Amino acid sequence: MSTTTTQVRARAIWKGVIQFENVELPVKLYSAVQDRTVHFRLLHKKDRQPVKQMMVNPDTGEEVPKERIRKGAEVEPGVFVLLNDEELNEAEPESSRTITIERFVPPEAISHQWFDRPYYLGPDGDDDQDYWNFVEALEKQGREGVARWVMRNKNYAGALRLEQGHLMLIALRFSEEVVLAEDLEAPQGRELEKSELTMARQLIGAMVDKFEPEEFRDEFRDKVLKMVQDKAKGKKLKLVKPKKKASQESLAGALEASLAAVRKRSHA
Amino acid sequence: MPEETSLRPIWSGTITFGLVNVPVNLFPAVQSHGVHLRTLDEDGTPLRRRYYCPADEAQVEGEEIVRGYEIEKDQFIVIEDEELEALEPEKSRDIDLRRFVDADQIRPYFFERPYFLAPAGKSNKAYRLLARVMQDEQKAGVATFVMRDKEYLVAILSENGILRAETLRFADEVRKPEDIGLPERQSANAKQVAGIEKAIKKVSQKSLSREELRDEAAEKLMKLVEAKFKKKKDVIRAEPTAEADEEFVDLMALLKKSISQAA
Repeated sequence: MSTTTTQVRARAIWKGVIQFENVELPVKLYSAVQDRTVHFRLLHKKDRQPVKQMMVNPDTGEEVPKERIRKGAEVEPGVFVLLNDEELNEAEPESSRTITIERFVPPEAISHQWFDRPYYLGPDGDDDQDYWNFVEALEKQGREGVARWVMRNKNYAGALRLEQGHLMLIALRFSEEVVLAEDLEAPQGRELEKSELTMARQLIGAMVDKFEPEEFRDEFRDKVLKMVQDKAKGKKLKLVKPKKKASQESLAGALEASLAAVRKRSHA
Repeated sequence: MPEETSLRPIWSGTITFGLVNVPVNLFPAVQSHGVHLRTLDEDGTPLRRRYYCPADEAQVEGEEIVRGYEIEKDQFIVIEDEELEALEPEKSRDIDLRRFVDADQIRPYFFERPYFLAPAGKSNKAYRLLARVMQDEQKAGVATFVMRDKEYLVAILSENGILRAETLRFADEVRKPEDIGLPERQSANAKQVAGIEKAIKKVSQKSLSREELRDEAAEKLMKLVEAKFKKKKDVIRAEPTAEADEEFVDLMALLKKSISQAA
């Protein structure tokens, strides 16, 4: 814990008002994620200059300046309908500050596959009381809100829920974007053998534990950064090739051997 | 429609639990939707995105491009594909499940992107066995693996007899309320809480239908495009774009083929 007295609040990325029935709650939106990916740049091999992108007319091979660029919808491969700025603007959702809650549902009603990007919601205004009233009501009901809003000219759907005692809004993917498991059929085959099912159950059971996200680290990121440093110092790298996987003699045999290994470990 | 009859996996490898190997192919579960907007020249020719080198003022083709890490301003260390692969050779090939958790223990804000796993190799028996047991027990397997240039934390879930990989955010990629400086909890006003609860109950339902998650703005633009197409207004024929290969496929149909008809 920090010992400084003033806590710096992160910058809000948007402000809105949650609305449904007679409830209105002004909130500020904060990103709940921070990117830690190692970013690479694309370089021209010959001179190690970062390359840039441009739009080229493939017939002439020449770059096309911005003022000549038009937008078109590809309706079939190779068939385009031209759209002007006015038409494109008209199709944009109307800007608004309202986060409309369409309904509340039990948390299990929203599949993991919909989840896109999480945001925290904090109170907006001088008085935080309404925010905490809302948090408590949501907590007591144990439900999640299905929200719709427009942010930066874009339509959003979201799940409004509680996270660590605060409001969180998780942007959801649109239905057109997602193929759900229920849309597909499972691979078929001969019925699984009872003995194999029992062993698999025991094996997985022996590996069950609590989910501790802190235990999983992006070690690759650390290794990439170290490699970069080594290369910069002119160190020679040793390249290890992935070994070929030995094929499994039989499923039952592999299960038995795995169980034996797990049991030995737990008795040690 | 392009004659695309099978889906190319994004990654191929093995899920292992204990000494059991489950060979799998990884496919996307999400796709872009709505109008496929392209950039065209004023005469309607679809434009291509090309790289160019500002130093030579010349276009650069794919094989002349390498990956670099900026170690100091304008100073780059070139990194080859093989060098990245050699960092974690096992993780580039295996998703090693050593930890299973109750599926509902993983908080929703960890979830990043869903993929389907299809059985690969000669037999789908090990796949079906893992899918069945994980689904019955409502467990998720958690592991890290390497795909392309990046390590992923992943939860393997089973639903409807199908294994799914959901990439998760690492713990240091998600913020806590105190990282943002959100205020600490205050006591609530019981009367007002009761009023909000009443309003919540009034608009509550048991389930969420897919209809409620439609993108109306995209549909509106689609309608406009279709109307113009019908009237043959501003319609141009040219070479199909490179994106058309990917965006005009029926992902669901291809997934059905890749998953249910595998071995």
